[in-house]
Amino acid sequence: MELHKLKAHELKDLINNKEVKVEEVTESFFSRIDKVDHKIGAYLYKSKEEAVNNCKELDARIASGEKLEGLGGVPVAIKDNISVKGMQNTCASKILEGYIAPYDATVTKKIKENNGIILGKLNMDEFAMGSSNENSAFKKVVNPWNEECVPGGSSGASAAAVAALEAPLTLGTETGGSVRQPASLCGVVGLKPTYGRISRYGVTAFGSTLDQVGTIGRDVEDCALLTGAIAGVDKMDFTTVSTPVQDYKKSLVKDIKGKKIGIPVEYFGDGLDDNVRKCVDEAIKVLEDNGAIVKKISLPLTEYSLAAYYIISSAEASSNLARFDGIRYGHRSKESQDAVDIYIKSRSEGFGKEVKRRIMLGTYALSSGYYDAYYKKALKVRNLIKQEFVKTFEEFDVLLSPTSPSTAFKFGEKTKDVLSMYLSDIYTVPVNIAGLPAISVPCGFVNNLPVGLQFIGNYFREDVLFNMAYSYEAATDWHKKAL
Amino acid sequence: MEYEVVIGLEVHTELLTKTKIYCGCTTEFGGQPNTHVCPVCLGLPGALPHLNKKVVEYGIKSGLALNCSITKYGRMDRKNYFYPDCPKNYQITQDELPLCRDGYIEVELEDGTKKRVGIERIHIEEDAAKLLHTPAGTLVDFNRSGVPLAEIVSKPDMRSPKEAVKYLERLKSILSSTKVSDCKMEEGSLRCDANISIMEKGSDTFGVRTEIKNMNSFKALEKALNYEIDRQIKAVESGEKLTQDTRRWDDTKGETTVMRSKEFANDYRYFPEGDLVTLNIDDEWIEEIRKTIPELPHEKEARFVKEFGIPKHDASVITFTMSMADFFEKTAKISEDAKSASNWLMGDISKIMKENATWVEDLKFTPEQLAELIKLINSGTISNAIGKKIIVTMFSTGKSPKTIVEEEGLIQNSDEGSILEVVNKVLDENSKSIEDFKNGKKRALGFVVGLIMKETRGKANPQIVNKLVNEEIKKR
Repeated sequence: MELHKLKAHELKDLINNKEVKVEEVTESFFSRIDKVDHKIGAYLYKSKEEAVNNCKELDARIASGEKLEGLGGVPVAIKDNISVKGMQNTCASKILEGYIAPYDATVTKKIKENNGIILGKLNMDEFAMGSSNENSAFKKVVNPWNEECVPGGSSGASAAAVAALEAPLTLGTETGGSVRQPASLCGVVGLKPTYGRISRYGVTAFGSTLDQVGTIGRDVEDCALLTGAIAGVDKMDFTTVSTPVQDYKKSLVKDIKGKKIGIPVEYFGDGLDDNVRKCVDEAIKVLEDNGAIVKKISLPLTEYSLAAYYIISSAEASSNLARFDGIRYGHRSKESQDAVDIYIKSRSEGFGKEVKRRIMLGTYALSSGYYDAYYKKALKVRNLIKQEFVKTFEEFDVLLSPTSPSTAFKFGEKTKDVLSMYLSDIYTVPVNIAGLPAISVPCGFVNNLPVGLQFIGNYFREDVLFNMAYSYEAATDWHKKAL
Repeated sequence: MEYEVVIGLEVHTELLTKTKIYCGCTTEFGGQPNTHVCPVCLGLPGALPHLNKKVVEYGIKSGLALNCSITKYGRMDRKNYFYPDCPKNYQITQDELPLCRDGYIEVELEDGTKKRVGIERIHIEEDAAKLLHTPAGTLVDFNRSGVPLAEIVSKPDMRSPKEAVKYLERLKSILSSTKVSDCKMEEGSLRCDANISIMEKGSDTFGVRTEIKNMNSFKALEKALNYEIDRQIKAVESGEKLTQDTRRWDDTKGETTVMRSKEFANDYRYFPEGDLVTLNIDDEWIEEIRKTIPELPHEKEARFVKEFGIPKHDASVITFTMSMADFFEKTAKISEDAKSASNWLMGDISKIMKENATWVEDLKFTPEQLAELIKLINSGTISNAIGKKIIVTMFSTGKSPKTIVEEEGLIQNSDEGSILEVVNKVLDENSKSIEDFKNGKKRALGFVVGLIMKETRGKANPQIVNKLVNEEIKKR
């Protein structure tokens, strides 16, 4: 049996039924990684030795008659901007080369406590800035469906690793679509939870008021399994909320009878690829067949989301990335003479082009004389967008749209035109601006490249999202078309 | 031309919480470098601040003691600047919505009149790390990184360096009596920057101000302000244009020098700290905190005047620190002689403490022992002069005055017969002085009395000595 071909919940059952050992499962994924990752480029660090040791411990517990709850011995790979004690945390940047995290992020701790096995750290766009994974300072990640195409970003490797069967579950992070867009482009399921649902402690900050950890799996059940294991309030993160975490397993039912789905027309405008549109239209029919009530609506403020997003996220990033200065850890320029020199040279050498672009943009937006015109105004826009969503959710259970305007694009296709790259996040970013949860599920293929369907939910209604996504998935076969 | 001086003070004081403002590390002073640290106060990737509620409480408490109004909604903000003592390269502080606003302190001026100095705002923030400059390079100790501070900003209400000193003294005594801070300037738990400008007398437009940093004592504050006034007046009168500089006080050279001029001033790019949520402060909590504020120095001062009948001046000096006030109150009650208690504390004891650079908290003798000393003098067992010797021994040994009197045989001699012998002996040896006295030189008498006291090793009852000397001189 090729264990790496199985889904997380299937593996969990096999392990608990003592049909396979935790170690066998993990070994299977490491051999898969050894076989394909030189092509895919998903892993920046593999923690085989530690993983195998942890497997032995879990296997011993099973042998002693214990049932493994939570992740049940299933492996998880983690984006390289989330701290795992004793492992690197490069954020795919040269400036953090050589830094070893001395502590666990809260999500890492929860994975360990919930009997997950950590496979290693995953590639990404540098500091999570990018939509194609082309901004990694170390190596490129390819789309497993077509090696000439990008996997999306910034959690490109988190999606590609699941699609290429190099991990059953992965963690990514989102600031503006960075989990859902690559999930869409790689044909896997990706959830961005409500802001405050999952702790950010230990997650290298990009835009503090936008960042959330996201979960990726091959189907909705897997995604729900991982989300349930890491969600919840955390005293180390003041922005987490004590609203109880629902039992997501209970949401995995086909029934959506009478549920109201809003279709925002602004998400089906000019930039949308015709073939992607067709896939989404088909999906709407499936949901109607399942009993949902579908209605077109308008969210007129949508067009301002991207502008507000790039100001807020860049402003926060300019401050969050200030700590990478070559003084305490990471890259320090060998040429430097004094403190100011260390700053200038280390940061000039250590940061890539896109990161520098955002730091400059954000610094400008916060500067005296420009603050009111840019940052403050962006916050006002954000508030209005939030209100627009809040009002919409008084009537609807979820909103539906494509996740990305197109399927995976070719390497280099958008690197010259930054704005066209930014536009690939146009359907995902409003969700981050508002702090809402959203999920992307596979809904078809165009030229053998996956298309993603997005459900947007009300605050802390991840359960509704899982229900909708599961209902759709149960009626289709797209998620079964594994590589 | 006559000038008016305008001074405002920005005071940073360390709050005495057990743990840091945004993490659980201890705030204990000292410790091996970089041992009181964690991912948060080191600014490691991914670390997030969580706000210590006690710091907010202490901030509010200081605001209440300084007559401020407390905000209902507080917010933390980021102040962005690069410096190696700042691990995140931004400081989490408060900009637009500080904890406290619009307070005041009442200070008493030289001429006895009272003046209110306004307090613009109080906000809470984190301290920076400590830089250690060594020949091998600069080292950073992050133990202090994240220690909570309250920044107390006055209004530009002070009109002389003396007023500024009075304000700072008052502020220090209020803060330390509420126990939110120990306010030790020499240990850096109280730091003061000053904004100062001059304007033509009678004008209502302030001149160009400079900010002065690095004044580590009351004396330094006064000297620096006086220096700066002279410098600014000279500049204005020679037609030079003053610029809005930040200047550094050099205590050894006794001058201020430019640290940075306005054109190089930092743009701190303040913006809301998204990692911390808005602070909601309800009235109930404020009232709870208000209940914990002890009797403040000016309240104590008034009570001491009323209860013990000591002069206002004494009461004001005695209540300058909480520990001095407590020591006084106990001594006064036991000795039933409040005036002597305040005299001893303000006089000899303060002098000895100053010479030895110690505090009331460090005294080896107790209020009970000081009361005993006062009683020994009042009962005539020892003279006041002997008392002054005994207090020195008490200070260094902590022995009770009775023990010292016994050990050193210091009991006062009031036996007229034996004193008369000494008086006549001294007068015989100093006939010149008798002559001088009779010729109107009053001082000659003091000289003779001094010799007699010396001869009796201070033990002779001074009243009897005086009486006998007068009588004997008349006979000659």
